[in-house]
Amino acid sequence: MYRWDFAPVLAHADLLAAGLLNTLRVTGTALVVGVALGLALALLRLSRRRLASWPAGFVIEVFRTTPPLVQLFWFYFALPLVAGIEMTPFMAAATTFSIQSAAFFAEVFRAGIASVERGQWEAARAIGMTRPQALRRVVLPQAVKRMIPAFMERAIELMKTTTLVATISYADLLYAANEISQRSFRPLEAFTVAALAYFVVIFAASQAARRVERRLAASGDSTVR
Amino acid sequence: MGHRWDFASVLDNHEALLAGAAGTLRLFAICLALGLALGLLVGLARSARSAWIRLPAGAFVEFFRNTPVLVQILWFYFALPILLPFEVGKLAAAALGISLNSAAFSGEIFRGGIQSIEPGQWEGARAIGMTPAQAMRRVILPQAVRRMLPALTNRAIEIFKMTTLASAIAYVELLQQGRLIASLNFNPIEAYTAIAILFFCCLWPLVRLTYFLERRLARSD
Amino acid sequence: MEDPRPLLRVGALAKSFGANAVLRGIDLDVRRGERIAILGASGSGKSTLLRCLNFMEIPGSGTIELDGVVLGRPAAGGARAYREPELVPVRQRIGMVFQQFNLFPHMTALGNVMEGPRVVRRMPAAEARDRALAELARVGLAEKADAYPAHLSGGQKQRVAIARALAMDPEVLLFDEPTSSLDPELVGEVLGTIQSLAREGRTMLLVTHELGFAYHVATRVLFLADGRILEQGTPDEVLKAPRMERTRAFIARHQEFRL
Repeated sequence: MYRWDFAPVLAHADLLAAGLLNTLRVTGTALVVGVALGLALALLRLSRRRLASWPAGFVIEVFRTTPPLVQLFWFYFALPLVAGIEMTPFMAAATTFSIQSAAFFAEVFRAGIASVERGQWEAARAIGMTRPQALRRVVLPQAVKRMIPAFMERAIELMKTTTLVATISYADLLYAANEISQRSFRPLEAFTVAALAYFVVIFAASQAARRVERRLAASGDSTVR
Repeated sequence: MGHRWDFASVLDNHEALLAGAAGTLRLFAICLALGLALGLLVGLARSARSAWIRLPAGAFVEFFRNTPVLVQILWFYFALPILLPFEVGKLAAAALGISLNSAAFSGEIFRGGIQSIEPGQWEGARAIGMTPAQAMRRVILPQAVRRMLPALTNRAIEIFKMTTLASAIAYVELLQQGRLIASLNFNPIEAYTAIAILFFCCLWPLVRLTYFLERRLARSD
Repeated sequence: MEDPRPLLRVGALAKSFGANAVLRGIDLDVRRGERIAILGASGSGKSTLLRCLNFMEIPGSGTIELDGVVLGRPAAGGARAYREPELVPVRQRIGMVFQQFNLFPHMTALGNVMEGPRVVRRMPAAEARDRALAELARVGLAEKADAYPAHLSGGQKQRVAIARALAMDPEVLLFDEPTSSLDPELVGEVLGTIQSLAREGRTMLLVTHELGFAYHVATRVLFLADGRILEQGTPDEVLKAPRMERTRAFIARHQEFRL
């Protein structure tokens, strides 16, 4: 019978903590950039000019339809050669996951905007608002509220996806676990601790998201997926 | 910027790509079948009346939904063999991680689909003397599956994308082969671009199918 | 001396949705101070006519002239092309009240009414607020200024919507079946509000099913059928002595309903 011993793993708790911090850094960066870029993509996609909507649609579909790990490798190994720039693992990860989550957020924004009744657009324009004014003052505030559950779900997915950065040697939580497993010869404990650490953080985030969602549902507002 | 694209250096390795494609498809097929079958079981267990069945199924779903798949794959590959008297192969570790993760997600789809059927359907089936199992199989599931179809094809797309994670334990699939080609021929631009295009071409029809099913469902409801 | 030029002139207006021709050539002059009630069965095109006047729907062909200016530019096939920058100021001059109120749910009653002056006319916040409060007082809802639409009755919502339109100082007010989605006991308060606007001499067009209200408020009544004006005249002429068989049948049917 195997004897569990977590002491050698916990001796490297500082590595794990630093890894978790890096995981949160990538997640946070990609979240902020992804939401801003996602809104821009959604607006371009909804534009009536084909020159704007078509490229936006292309970016959205490509990044939703290809595996994130392939994207990450492309941005880390191929882009620096194409563009002649240096790419650190963090830059590659932040770029990939920002664009990738922007593609998903764009669809969330689009669904949210589409879910606002036509009458709201009409009433805004009937008092003389331009389309951008109607969007900013009337439609988006209502759309954003309905998007909150989908938004939070996506943010949680994003945090799970960031584990991929370990494959390009960025020192996130998973990479730290792998390091520790090799140093301590205790892979079972190292990966178990990592799995539990992810579970605790992500489960807490999921529970918080669920509570917000319930409160939104109680206030009688519809939501979009 | 002036990069000269040379896809011939990738196509020269078509045998490696074919081996990778075979690996990707094998893993995808296993995970799809296992993920959906286990998912149905989990979904049924989550809808069960007995708490002894419902609660463990709930814990399973929570655990696998709230941990990253890559962590699960690495755990099954590096950690699990220590507890077992035998080796866990690359395919088995990747398939276990992806299938259990997919079972947790599709379990929620099945549960939602089953719960979306009006109670009147249960009552109608019971009123003509069906057992609960008969009602589920003959009346509830056929209707629920129709509603769940877009979510399930979406799940299939996610599973297909997840197969790339097996490259982290050097399982031979498309991305792993792309990596090999890139390192042997010093052509990462073409190699990874080709892999991205291959995945896009495989998944695009599935994406269109999902859109089509979503639209059809929206129309019929 | 009456202004000889109509405020609004509609010429040969036509509009189709796909193969369905909803308006088939409408000619109409609206003078300042006129109150025109538009009657007709559902599908007669009366709402579409109203919605074309402030370009919620873009007319298929024909002309709309506001204060002597023909809107849009000539385009292929006798139609006219309209550009958004031209329509935005036009809509500011033509207010609209919708059947479904379309209040902004994320803003209070006051916020709804302030929104136009604030954002569209770029009034300073304090001034817009005073203006909005005055409009809410005019429709009798000053004490509901801080209530959100979800906490207002249907009748109150529609009165806030009227205040929202008034806050833009429109030269014409369009009412698109303003009482049709109200419970019967709430219809009166909205009609009362519209009636007080009529007494102020405002120019308005009103699509309605309330024949008695049209009779008392309108200066002119139009009866639409199949996308054309079948009959028009004073309320006495059209409602008491209709010349056309279809107008008579329509009025008779609505009288039955009143019982």
